[in-house]
Amino acid sequence: MDAILLQILNGLDKGSAYALIALGLTLIFGTLGVVNFAHGALFMLGAFCAVTLQRILTFSFETVDDSRTDFLGNPLKVETPYVEAWFGPQTGGAIIDWSVPLAILFAIPVMISIGFAMERGLIRHFYKRPHADQILVTFGLAIVLQEIVKYFFGANPIPTPAPESFRGALDFGILLGFDPNVIIYPYWRLVYFLFAMTIIGGVFAFLRYTTFGMVVRAGMADRETVGLLGIDIDRRFTVMFGIAAAVAGLAGVMYTPINAPNYHMGMDFLVLSFVVVVVGGMGSLPGAVLAGFLLGILESFASMNEVKAILPGIDQIIIYLVAIIILLTRPRGLMGRRGVMEE
Amino acid sequence: MVKSLKTRRDVLKSGALAGAGLATPVIFTGSSASAFTNEPTGATVTLGFNVPQTGPYADEGADELRAYELAVEHLNGGGDGGMISTFSSKTLDGTGILGKKVEYVTGDTQTKTDAARASARSMIEKDGAIMITGGSSSGPAIAVQALCQEAGVIFMAGLTHSNDTTGKDKKANGFRHFFNGYMSGAALAPVLAARYGADRVAYHLTADYTWGWTQEESIAAATEALGWSTIDKVRTPLASTDFSSYIAPVLNSGADVLILNHYGGNMVNSLTNAVEFGLREKEVNGRAFEIVVPLYSRLMAAGAGENVKGILGSTNWHWSLQDQGSKAFVQSFGTKYGFPPSQAAHTVYCQTLLYADAVNRAGSFNPCAVVEALEGFEFDGLGNGPTLYRAEDHQCFKDVLVVQGKENPENAFDLLEVVEITPVEQVTYDPEHPMFAGGALGECNPGA
Repeated sequence: MDAILLQILNGLDKGSAYALIALGLTLIFGTLGVVNFAHGALFMLGAFCAVTLQRILTFSFETVDDSRTDFLGNPLKVETPYVEAWFGPQTGGAIIDWSVPLAILFAIPVMISIGFAMERGLIRHFYKRPHADQILVTFGLAIVLQEIVKYFFGANPIPTPAPESFRGALDFGILLGFDPNVIIYPYWRLVYFLFAMTIIGGVFAFLRYTTFGMVVRAGMADRETVGLLGIDIDRRFTVMFGIAAAVAGLAGVMYTPINAPNYHMGMDFLVLSFVVVVVGGMGSLPGAVLAGFLLGILESFASMNEVKAILPGIDQIIIYLVAIIILLTRPRGLMGRRGVMEE
Repeated sequence: MVKSLKTRRDVLKSGALAGAGLATPVIFTGSSASAFTNEPTGATVTLGFNVPQTGPYADEGADELRAYELAVEHLNGGGDGGMISTFSSKTLDGTGILGKKVEYVTGDTQTKTDAARASARSMIEKDGAIMITGGSSSGPAIAVQALCQEAGVIFMAGLTHSNDTTGKDKKANGFRHFFNGYMSGAALAPVLAARYGADRVAYHLTADYTWGWTQEESIAAATEALGWSTIDKVRTPLASTDFSSYIAPVLNSGADVLILNHYGGNMVNSLTNAVEFGLREKEVNGRAFEIVVPLYSRLMAAGAGENVKGILGSTNWHWSLQDQGSKAFVQSFGTKYGFPPSQAAHTVYCQTLLYADAVNRAGSFNPCAVVEALEGFEFDGLGNGPTLYRAEDHQCFKDVLVVQGKENPENAFDLLEVVEITPVEQVTYDPEHPMFAGGALGECNPGA
């Protein structure tokens, strides 16, 4: 029982990341009709917003300390971050410590701008082209983006820890009446799950309760009619692309303490997120979220030793196996709508 | 009427033979003019440096390339000469190899077996490389070693730690300076037993490929021999990024030590996840839970940040060593590039010097002469103390470093501290040891 609860909890944070990326993918597909293979790269760029802010906050000046030596025996150059020099070691240190949450504020404008630039600069030229062309160009874009990141940040993972107060783990078991140290869940993963729920709730509320959202939903249902009513639906869809980019970016920012970011992290999530979208149903936002959590939890279960003892290697194929079963039994996915990708 | 002597079957047979002849790659045929593949005829000789320039190990590859360039510079008489001055063999005099100026070409292995073979093949066929060296992963290293054996060139392995490289997949034309999984186990186990007690219960998480399997086997055998038990060995897909679902079952498994047979990004992520799940604060049976990373890389330890502090592992070499060879190399590398070399850089630098010296001693670039010169060769002054290139399996035998993540680093490179230098006798094994059995060196192949 405790092992099952533990794996459900584990699946939640992975599922949160899948759900956030799949939500953005579905938003773009539902509004613009574009299959965006660069979406994983947006997740990665978000994570590197956190890395960039960390670099900015730890930007340092050098002083030479004659009493110590470096690895070559020369006087040691000590680096002190400007932030610590300006605000004092304590406040400065706290600001650096909180660089990941602060990066949310930094990432929102950056990611929306990147989203706009991508949509206006490249993707809009491919609206009327076949999906295969869109996949090729966005996949190419993803490779370009990750190579750029690798050029500036290197290939190795870069540690971006959570703030000191969020390190460590919550003993969930005690709350549920288990023995201590049986069900442990790291604080930051809990934060990630709550953050994901807030973002998902925010996006749904935006689409549901604002006029802008209503127009976008109308456009998703029938773009031509909305256009005939004199509404510039293209501009609204561009905004939605920016929002989708920001959602992926924020998912990336908050994921950095869980896995140290590297240039390849977007690709690791991209394929799985596409499977999530397909399982959830192309174009269905609730489907994407539901499938994200479902697959995240199933993936966790599949890596349990008890399950692997019966089905060796199941942890590597579970997601694809579920996708095959869902597509065979419900070809439109869990919550797919009639007519999407079926023309 | 003259009856034709050829039947339809004869024609087919000769056609098949001719076809097979034409299909044989050019590197496997050679011309009658040269005695071996890519025999250098001009005033220069070309070496092929095959390292990951893209992909997850690109940073290690870049560091290897720096060391190669430095080695070439030193062989050609440039710079301060680095470890040439401390190397016990004195045939290297700054005039290249056998009086020929050293040039080099580079290839990108992408840390992929097929890409590594393709780039090695291209360097041999198109660029005329006489020797291939490099690699930052055992899969590609083993594949390229087999290719070099077929092509008739020498392969000087870079960073490859799987037992199989000089075990069941060993080849006469291949040589490894780097240590291996067995040696890590033999060096690490006594330190683990002394520090953590002789009755620990270990849980292994292992990267699911040749290197992970052999390291898991080696560490489990070495620790079990000292009284530890192994409660579980779990294989994790190489492509994993989040190890939380593998770490969580460790919590209630009854284990009190977690051994991470992971390298690179896998190591950074699994270690980070283990720390995140509170394993380092955990107590089992009244004793502190411990984590061990048997193969450490300083470049990658940097990725795990604070999490490596206090964690034990092993390494082939570390820049803080104070012998003359290490000091000369760190001085030379550090002055040129501004930071100390990694163990990957060290091993490839040594391999390049060892190859050049072997050619000089043999008086020939012929791979079979080089093999003969390297087999059983004893040397010193290259940073690891007295070392033997064992003839039976082409593996170097030298001291192994047990290291620990440093609690109070003095600078960005000061991540590991050496806690013990395990003497070579303790890590030496029989060439027919079960973990290494099953392969044969075979005959050296000069190609032509």
